[in-house]
Amino acid sequence: MSKHLIDLIGVTKDFDGELALNNIDLYIRNGEFLTLLGPSGCGKTTMLRIIAGFETATAGKVLIDGVDVSSVPAYKRKVNTVFQKYALFPHLNVYDNIAFGLKIKKADKAKIDRKVNEMLEMVELQGLGKRSIDELSGGQQQRVAIARALANEPECLLLDEPLGALDLKLRKEMQIELKRMQQQLGITFIYVTHDQEEALTMSDTIVVMRKGVIQQIGTPIDIYNEPQNAFVADFIGESNILSGVMTEDYFVEFLGKGFNCVDKGFERNEPVDVVIRPEDIKLISPEEGTLSGIVKSTVFMGVHYEMQIEAAGFTFLVHSTSMEDEGAHVGLSFFPDDIHIMRKDKAAE
Amino acid sequence: MKREHRFLKGLFIGIMLVFLYAPIIVMIVYSFNASRTMGNWGGFSTEWYGALFRDRDILAALEVTLSVAVISSIVATLLGTTAAIGIHSMKRRTRNVILTTTNLPVVNPDLVTGISLMFAFSILMVPQGYTRLLLAHITFNIPYVILSVMPKLRQTSDSLYEAALDLGAKPSYALRKVVLPQIAPGIVSGMILAFTLSVDDFVISFFCQQGAQNLSTYIYSLARRGINPKINALSAIMFVVVLALLLLVNVISSQNTEEAKAKRREKKRRRMAAAEA
Repeated sequence: MSKHLIDLIGVTKDFDGELALNNIDLYIRNGEFLTLLGPSGCGKTTMLRIIAGFETATAGKVLIDGVDVSSVPAYKRKVNTVFQKYALFPHLNVYDNIAFGLKIKKADKAKIDRKVNEMLEMVELQGLGKRSIDELSGGQQQRVAIARALANEPECLLLDEPLGALDLKLRKEMQIELKRMQQQLGITFIYVTHDQEEALTMSDTIVVMRKGVIQQIGTPIDIYNEPQNAFVADFIGESNILSGVMTEDYFVEFLGKGFNCVDKGFERNEPVDVVIRPEDIKLISPEEGTLSGIVKSTVFMGVHYEMQIEAAGFTFLVHSTSMEDEGAHVGLSFFPDDIHIMRKDKAAE
Repeated sequence: MKREHRFLKGLFIGIMLVFLYAPIIVMIVYSFNASRTMGNWGGFSTEWYGALFRDRDILAALEVTLSVAVISSIVATLLGTTAAIGIHSMKRRTRNVILTTTNLPVVNPDLVTGISLMFAFSILMVPQGYTRLLLAHITFNIPYVILSVMPKLRQTSDSLYEAALDLGAKPSYALRKVVLPQIAPGIVSGMILAFTLSVDDFVISFFCQQGAQNLSTYIYSLARRGINPKINALSAIMFVVVLALLLLVNVISSQNTEEAKAKRREKKRRRMAAAEA
């Protein structure tokens, strides 16, 4: 887990004046599952395509195994890609799709046969080698695409929103299976998605991106619990984001009230973003709560109820396992360490 | 009301077909006329077909037509397909400019193309006769090949080519093993179209053929001396050949759309099944 497999140094990509990537520095360690997460147009796919060799960076360097690959064409790089819409060759059957890369390497027949069968077994499609591509379901095509990329024994597998076209249940199954394959093979996965839940479930490291700029790099737990700015907080899970002022260390004012918090190191009276997760808000009686409000709506979500509660002119989103009726008066309270303070991000406005 | 409506529709199509095909049918019928004069029906005979295949001038012209058609359609297919692949990978703005440029000869009157080619050939001192005819046919065929290959390229996802590179294929290998099989139907129908257009052409050939007559120009020169029934027989054969080729093109392209339709149906069915599950 220590060696850097891929290094991006000052990578910038300019599409006719549109900055898709802005001076990206990032390293990817050998054997890790790294997810590039962000809304569409944040540059995550462009970054993947630069690593794969389909795009050339306008500025900056890409190192694989410490070697600058900026001028190495895609077909010579030791990475393989699972494409968003699978990109399986429709005129070849499952076997020949998986064997495509091996045939280029001029492997002998017995070796190709062994490898293809091994791959079919790995993705649990034993015996389907003779099938044509359009006889397969979406989930099966997905598996063939993974098998085809892994047959080349890459050092690093690049996955571009590979589960986007699958239905929810299949997607959950594939998430677990991808993680299993990655651990079994011990190779590096770079995974692109806009689905925060997918990122949280599978990754060792998450890179949150926005408008070509990295917002935060961290483990799923770090990213969820300690978002560095309001954008990350909002993108990873649901959040209540309020404007506040740090009047002194460990004390923040918002909605006209003062609260104890666990953050320090801000300037006196510095304006900040205050983020409170919906599940961290406790509902108590109106007299006891720091804030009191009225329940505007209640929706049953399965495990919890999602409520909109208006208090001090702000509509809080609250998740709770106990239900309050619409129109009820309730008190809101939160612990100091549930109040997350973030510097105002000018770029995020 | 409804019946009347349907009747009028049928009538309209009927009249249209009669106008289009009656002259050709008359010609084909008269090609089997034993009598030499047009207006007289002298009984059924295949005499003119026999005479046609004994006429050396006509056979020579037929040979020119066929060899020009075969060579020009093959060369135009090679050039047109390569051009289409290149144009497809251009940036959108350049692509549109180049496509408009290559499409221009299609809408340009043949007369203008013919005369300008004639000038170009004399300025470039291209040898008269067969060479000029062949070059002219290759030239006017290329845009049609591009036109029939481009849609196939557009249908083929660019990520197929990238996937091949990703798996270690050099660009030439990826093109041969992945892109070509996808666009092959477009290439074949482009080639057949080029062949029929070459057989069909008169105007451009007329300006570029001094010294090497093909069928269309030869028939024209015969017709000036009065209609010989052999011409009817020859025209009938040409009509049938061109018709057969056009049918073939249509069958190929409709098979493609059928395939695409079947695929879409299959996808829809799968989505429904997945939704039900």
